[in-house]
Amino acid sequence: MNNDKVITAHQLTKQFDNFIAVDHISFEVSRGEIFGFLGANGAGKTTAMRMLCGLSLPSSGEATVAGLNVYTHNEEIKKRIGYMSQKFSLYEDLTVKENIRFYAGIYGMSNNYIKTKTTQLLEQLHLTNESNSLVKSLPLGWKQKLAFSVAIFHEPQIVFLDEPTGGVDPVTRREFWNMIYQAAAAGITVFVTTHYMDEAEYCNRISIMVDGKIEALDTPTALKQQYHATSMDEVFLQLARKANRQE
Amino acid sequence: MQQLISFIRKELYHIWRDKKTMFILLGMPIVQIIIFGFALTNEVKNVKFAVLDYAKDNASQRLITALDASEYFDVTAVLQQPKAIEQAFKNGSIKMALVIPQAFEQELLHTNKAQIQCITDASDPNVANTIINYTNAIVGSYQQELQQQPLPYTIEVTNRMLYNPQLKGAYNFVPGVMAMVLLLVCTMMTAITIVKEKEIGTMEIMLVSPLQPLKIVIGKAIPYLALSIINIISILLLSVFVLEVPINGSLALLVGESILFILVSLALGLLISASAASQQAAMFVSLVGMFLPTIMLSGFMFPIENMPKPLQIVSNIVPAKWYFIIVKNVMIKGVGIEAVWKETIILTGMFLFFLSMAIRKFKIRLA
Repeated sequence: MNNDKVITAHQLTKQFDNFIAVDHISFEVSRGEIFGFLGANGAGKTTAMRMLCGLSLPSSGEATVAGLNVYTHNEEIKKRIGYMSQKFSLYEDLTVKENIRFYAGIYGMSNNYIKTKTTQLLEQLHLTNESNSLVKSLPLGWKQKLAFSVAIFHEPQIVFLDEPTGGVDPVTRREFWNMIYQAAAAGITVFVTTHYMDEAEYCNRISIMVDGKIEALDTPTALKQQYHATSMDEVFLQLARKANRQE
Repeated sequence: MQQLISFIRKELYHIWRDKKTMFILLGMPIVQIIIFGFALTNEVKNVKFAVLDYAKDNASQRLITALDASEYFDVTAVLQQPKAIEQAFKNGSIKMALVIPQAFEQELLHTNKAQIQCITDASDPNVANTIINYTNAIVGSYQQELQQQPLPYTIEVTNRMLYNPQLKGAYNFVPGVMAMVLLLVCTMMTAITIVKEKEIGTMEIMLVSPLQPLKIVIGKAIPYLALSIINIISILLLSVFVLEVPINGSLALLVGESILFILVSLALGLLISASAASQQAAMFVSLVGMFLPTIMLSGFMFPIENMPKPLQIVSNIVPAKWYFIIVKNVMIKGVGIEAVWKETIILTGMFLFFLSMAIRKFKIRLA
């Protein structure tokens, strides 16, 4: 197997009773790639992502994450991945520092290392003065950046972002994507789901899921050519209109 | 281990930062003990009563004095006509009225039979009953004084109230309050905090992390276990030093059994959190599903023996019932494990059952 492929899925399927949420999807993601995972609500992208994160076992098919099998090594996988959801998932009643310390602690990082790295991180984020403020007092954009930094604090190989920019203004979204590019440049693979088609353009490659299947998978430029479209929005609408499944 | 420490530290921050809830959790048992101890009491003392004495003779005076002299009754009014009785009841100045007919002494001495009437305010039936019993007892002892020589055959009943000779209500409600407080702190708070993590999305992050679910459960349980132990200590200190309820049995056994009950409550909280979708739902289920049955069916407020058969059967699945029996036996009667092993086994069984159900539900949700 190619070592450069950090995520591979082959005929991956998840079936709930009579409902096939994810229908034989296959794809590969390379190291340091920003991989956009698109689809309308109910297309199955969250279910697919949960299988890759070890939160749910596939019904059939093969998948590896960081070179590890999702059936047999899901606990090992958890140490090598980071995860951020659209809820940002920080504790509002804890300070910035306490949040970092908690999340680093559950990844089993040593106290000294946590301390040094926290100081560095707070400087980078220009949050040093806010390190002892409660998270609930921070503006939304800061919370989002902090949540992303916390998700990659333990230096994972892959970070999964589930609609990470929901409810954030365009300027902050742009800044957030700069952070994603930095992480990717540092060798972290980024697997991101999004609703925003302008964000899809920022990805190296994107896949579009319709009714549990991957209908298209390529670079944004190639997809636009293939569907004779001027923007990703058009590509997405052409594909999403084929869907039979209701939300 | 370090993961667990991080988790517990975070839980302690949550508890510490939410000062209101913390004060309620720590203050509630103290307030409850004080309310039950001083305000809510079944004991009847210094009952105000009125006399309507048509006889006004030696015997009637002695009877009235005997009642007045006891700690249970105080004469507050001497009435002249029957109408005044109802007036006194209506304005609430008396709880009992004693009517002594004319020629009371004469009838008593010559026909050996006399009547008096005891009228009570039965709008509170329990108090009325107690008043009648006290009156009967005092009249009875006055009667015995009158008898110069005893009847040829008399059965003298000597009463002894075991374990609680002064019939203090505290002996009953201290165990009850312990059961209620532990259930509330452990079941409701664990359920709410776990559901809260689901709501704000942090549970998902933890499940994606290498932190095992078992550690999440233990990390949630330990802080509330600690809070509960503080509560047990404050309840016991208040009971012993303020309400003067003794701990007759082994303190170690009492604490051990309390920890067993805490574990049952924690497992229940976990089970609720696994099925409840929102914090409100978790709170509602805890209050209606746990708290009410505990008050109604544990035997703390209402004796289980007096309930209809179906309710008696239902009461068996209320964990607090068994804990209440254990605490009463160990604390008040001073018995050892040999007397409460059956209840202990039942609680242990409940703990294992709820825990395995909760773990199964947890797993189903993850699949």
